Amino acid sequence: MSTTNDEIILKIENVNRIYNDGDTETEALSDINLEIKKGEFISIIGASGCGKTTLLRLIAGLDKPQSGDLYLYDEKIKGADPKRGYVFQNGGLYEWLTVEQNIAAGLKARHVYKKEKHRIPNYVEMMGLNGFENVFIHQISGGMAQRVAIARSLINNPEVLLLDEPMGALDNFTRAALQDKILEIKAKKNITMILVTHDIDEALYLSDRIIIMTPRPGKISEIIDVKMNHPRNRNGVDYVELRKKLLEKFHLASEVKEPEYTI
Amino acid sequence: MKTGGKYILSVILGSLGFALAAILNIIVPVKADVSFEKHIVAGYLVDSNEAYRIVLLAIIILFILKAILDYRDEARRKKYIRGAKFRFVMGILLFVWDALGTKYQILTQPFFPGPAGIMEAFISEGDFLWKNTLYSLRLYLYGFIIGTFAGIVTGTLVGWFKRVDYWISPILKVLGVVPAVVWMPFALTLLPTAFGAAVFLIAVSVWILVATLTAAGVKETPKRQLEAARTLGGGQAYQVFHVALPHAMPQIFTGITTANGYAFTTLVMAEMMGQPGGLGYYINASKVWSAYYKVFAAIIVMAIMFSIITTLLEKLQNYMLRWQKGVLK
Repeated sequence: MSTTNDEIILKIENVNRIYNDGDTETEALSDINLEIKKGEFISIIGASGCGKTTLLRLIAGLDKPQSGDLYLYDEKIKGADPKRGYVFQNGGLYEWLTVEQNIAAGLKARHVYKKEKHRIPNYVEMMGLNGFENVFIHQISGGMAQRVAIARSLINNPEVLLLDEPMGALDNFTRAALQDKILEIKAKKNITMILVTHDIDEALYLSDRIIIMTPRPGKISEIIDVKMNHPRNRNGVDYVELRKKLLEKFHLASEVKEPEYTI
Repeated sequence: MKTGGKYILSVILGSLGFALAAILNIIVPVKADVSFEKHIVAGYLVDSNEAYRIVLLAIIILFILKAILDYRDEARRKKYIRGAKFRFVMGILLFVWDALGTKYQILTQPFFPGPAGIMEAFISEGDFLWKNTLYSLRLYLYGFIIGTFAGIVTGTLVGWFKRVDYWISPILKVLGVVPAVVWMPFALTLLPTAFGAAVFLIAVSVWILVATLTAAGVKETPKRQLEAARTLGGGQAYQVFHVALPHAMPQIFTGITTANGYAFTTLVMAEMMGQPGGLGYYINASKVWSAYYKVFAAIIVMAIMFSIITTLLEKLQNYMLRWQKGVLK
């Protein structure tokens, strides 16, 4: 059910990112090239240290490449912007604000609160947060916190929603529910989404394309198309087969060697 | 029924101590030949013993009224019952104090007057005491508010801008270890009025502490929360006022409540060392005439005033930091 047309929304050209930590230089990203179509759901997977979060941060404009450029449509990405919403692994929510005030933070930040506050209830409703509007962040569950974080980004009408392992810390049931929620929003709003995850199953369940990255230096090793309709059956034949294929590629890519035993 | 009986018993027990103290004061004559001067208070001519009895009666009435108000709520009722023993002992202490200090004059006079002796200060020069209380309060408020405001501004600048941190932090650190009153000689010569000098000293003592803690709180703001603000479209001002400062609020309040204690100390010392008014001045002035009962009276006023200020600050803190509590709405 790909809602993509062929319009390229995001272009990444020859991007390199090197971290300098005193004497050691780490090549977090090396020569990344990628084009993402409007309305696509992209997952980036890879072992830790492959630079997947770095790539996401570059797209967000929270970090800058040493060389190469990133474009949203034809506009060069120079810094953070509400057009590219970002959902952090652990919310990054403001615990001194209530659920509703957190969602409204984006409106306040853009100085449009008075004009647009009537939209807040829509997002409360959309993320199933009714009845929790006036509750503080400490008092809600992890899954609910992530829904608040997503609502907070969505209220700014982003072109692209960047998801940095938002479901990493959740239990299985909560995670599955949030995955369906994300698909529901994507179907409704046709927002381009880029998800960083280490969960192959999650990537498979959600994505139109899966990007596998390898570490040291961080590179794209393979891009896999997932041509299955939503909702996907996690136990379907195609699904299971693709998962198997993906697992093999993932392990190859991560170069997991058989442990050597010496007795 | 059972709790009802217990409740009534606790009301009786709580009042009993104060009642005994009052009875002692009425029945037992003063051993030494001391006459109690009458003063006009609110249109009535009273002496200090009568004033003391009126206070005891007022205490009893207040606690009975409280008992009636607290009866409806179970938690408050239990708290009231728990407090009964304490109230009883308080009354007995007054009883003993009155006996030793006024009635039998066993305590060394004039250093340790009885409760009636202290009442003398209130009825003979209540106006003057009140005027000095207001002077202290004004001094405190000016110093504390200026110091807090300056502290939050400085702390935010230090916490947010690395360059300010580099130049200002060492100064704060060095100044922080020196008690603010050491600047008294300079304050007195450099500032046009003694009042201004004391305000300056209080403000300095508050400023350093609040600045240090505000800076720490601002610096510790999680990067993630600031980055979230950037992706939401928030500029530098938004990040400072809507993220870093609210995040630093618990530390700011730690600074404020600690500074509050410093401010009291500085206030009293400043007043004792050269102010034309204030409770510290009143204590000093009374000491010169060996009027120790006035010293005690001023101490009691100070205790009440500082307790009220501290309680109000706590209330403000609880309100501002209500998001920290895990209490369900």
